[in-house]
Amino acid sequence: MERITVYELESMYRDSFRITGFRFGEGEKTMCIVGSMRGNEVQQLYCCSQLVNRLKSLEARGHIAEGRSITVIPCVNPYSMNIGKRFWPTDNSDINRMFPGYDLGETTQRIADGLFREISDYRYGVQFASYHTPGRFTPHVRMMRTGFESVEDAKSFGLPYVLIVDPVPFDSGTLNYNWQIWETKAFSLYTPETTRIDRISATRVINSVTRFLTRIGAITYHGRAGHQSDVIEEDHLISIQTPEAGIFEPMTEVEAQVSEGDLIARVLDPYEGDVRCEIRAVCDGVVFFRHSDPLVYADTVVCRLIPLGEFKPLRG
Amino acid sequence: MIQDVVSLRLPVDEDLRIVKNRIAPEGSTEGMKRICIVTGTHGDELEGQLVCFELNRFIQANIGHLKGIVDIYPALNPLGIDSITRGVPGFDLDMNRTFPGNLQGSMPEYIAAKIFEDIRGADVCIDIHASNIFLREIPQVRINELTAEELVPLAKHLNVDFIWVHSAATVLESTLAYSLNMAGTRTLVAEMGVGMRLTREYGTQLSMGILALMAHLGIWDGSVPEVREPIVSVDGKVEFINAAKGGIFVSHIEHWKDVRKGEHLGDIVSPLTGEILSEILSPCDGLVFTLREYPVVDEGSLIARILRM
Ligand SMILES: [Zn+2]
Repeated sequence: MERITVYELESMYRDSFRITGFRFGEGEKTMCIVGSMRGNEVQQLYCCSQLVNRLKSLEARGHIAEGRSITVIPCVNPYSMNIGKRFWPTDNSDINRMFPGYDLGETTQRIADGLFREISDYRYGVQFASYHTPGRFTPHVRMMRTGFESVEDAKSFGLPYVLIVDPVPFDSGTLNYNWQIWETKAFSLYTPETTRIDRISATRVINSVTRFLTRIGAITYHGRAGHQSDVIEEDHLISIQTPEAGIFEPMTEVEAQVSEGDLIARVLDPYEGDVRCEIRAVCDGVVFFRHSDPLVYADTVVCRLIPLGEFKPLRG
Repeated sequence: MIQDVVSLRLPVDEDLRIVKNRIAPEGSTEGMKRICIVTGTHGDELEGQLVCFELNRFIQANIGHLKGIVDIYPALNPLGIDSITRGVPGFDLDMNRTFPGNLQGSMPEYIAAKIFEDIRGADVCIDIHASNIFLREIPQVRINELTAEELVPLAKHLNVDFIWVHSAATVLESTLAYSLNMAGTRTLVAEMGVGMRLTREYGTQLSMGILALMAHLGIWDGSVPEVREPIVSVDGKVEFINAAKGGIFVSHIEHWKDVRKGEHLGDIVSPLTGEILSEILSPCDGLVFTLREYPVVDEGSLIARILRM
């Protein structure tokens, strides 16, 4: 293993800003894994740290394949992590909206450029990602439909689901999108948690990455078997909104299977404790996403279901 | 008349209301034109507040001259304005990247959809922004090159100093202005002053411009002052100056002033060592239309934008 400084920026009153990477093996740039990009992505940092640890032990036992190299970058934004802020400390910009970056531009454009120069020519790219709305996800691989996406490869992670998403304009600055445009096969991996550590789901995600590395011949180690992934399109998910605001009381977990009419959550009056509304499954399904904050606004999505059976979504 | 654009319950004993003031002549308004004045999408931008105030006062005091509908939306992001938050508090989301919104989405997308539907169909919309706390801007209108042909002639009525026709960027396709323009509602983005502050002369300048535009559209038949002739420019004539080092920026020039190539614009200094870390010289002859207001800079922070002359 080689510890490398991928990018460095000097500061007036803080230690230099550094993006640090860990390289295993030599030769073809086979896979790059990127962890937290926002200051609250602690689970993503943790997943990378455990992956580095696993790869170190595999390397020590000679399991990194000849002529292949794997790079892990646990954290792209230590400055924000160290002060508990989600985005860039001064101007609040999001590094994951600045790709492919610009070396003469604003600070976060320069950071994106410095990182992308190092990682844009890998064959495969993996990002441990989080979502802008607070909530828990079923572990899955998310891919943007760019014309370069590779669904068959995505299944090799062996996570329960592969989700295909149509990019919106706002996505054009993300690492995943730009990796694909520059012909790296890119995958975003989601786990239920972001701001706190969930060891069990972290282990699942690390297993899925090593499983993938085995299948592409980058490591020679046979780990646990995974799932046969279901491929779903984002617009086939059934969104359920709450009409009421208040205290949010979830009655199911992600990955749970529910039948039409089952209670998913309740919204309580924050002063008197009465049930303001019950959120029920509108079809048989698997809970793919659910809101996780203890408070909830009205008219906001609190749950997304993967429909099961004969259900045909009504869309207009 | 104060009307709700969208009203939504917050978790604990509070309603979020986004409101507008509709000013219209007495009697039927059927067939009349409508102009929308919107501001406050970014909670840290306040320059538009003064424009809304002045227009409200002036139009109501001279209501006999009003020949159409004026809808004034002073706060598209009320929670942001109240908490000095640029985005939507609780979502870490720039509201101006969520349009045209989604009634089936999360709270900010739901609100965006309601706002979009309310404005859509107006004859003209003016979306007033105020830079951010870092930069000071001369009153200007920014126009996507895709809509320049139609919008530049309109923007010339607005009494601004500068019209910047910029190239199209995918990421800007989720703004209120882009979404409305694509839906056929002509929308101009005005940008002026600095975040978290008011600049009185700019407020008056743009208010006059909006009245002049209303007169041009036939919504106002009172007399209006002569508007200034703006400089119209495209991307290729704008020079960006970014900080070469992190430090404290000390400006040596005034805003909206002619500079010569090689002229000393300012320094980035180190209070710790007393060194000048970077001396900033103008790369060209021109006019400084954007100037750094906030002294602390990182490497890369924007210091100035100069219009090459
Ligand atoms: Zn703004």
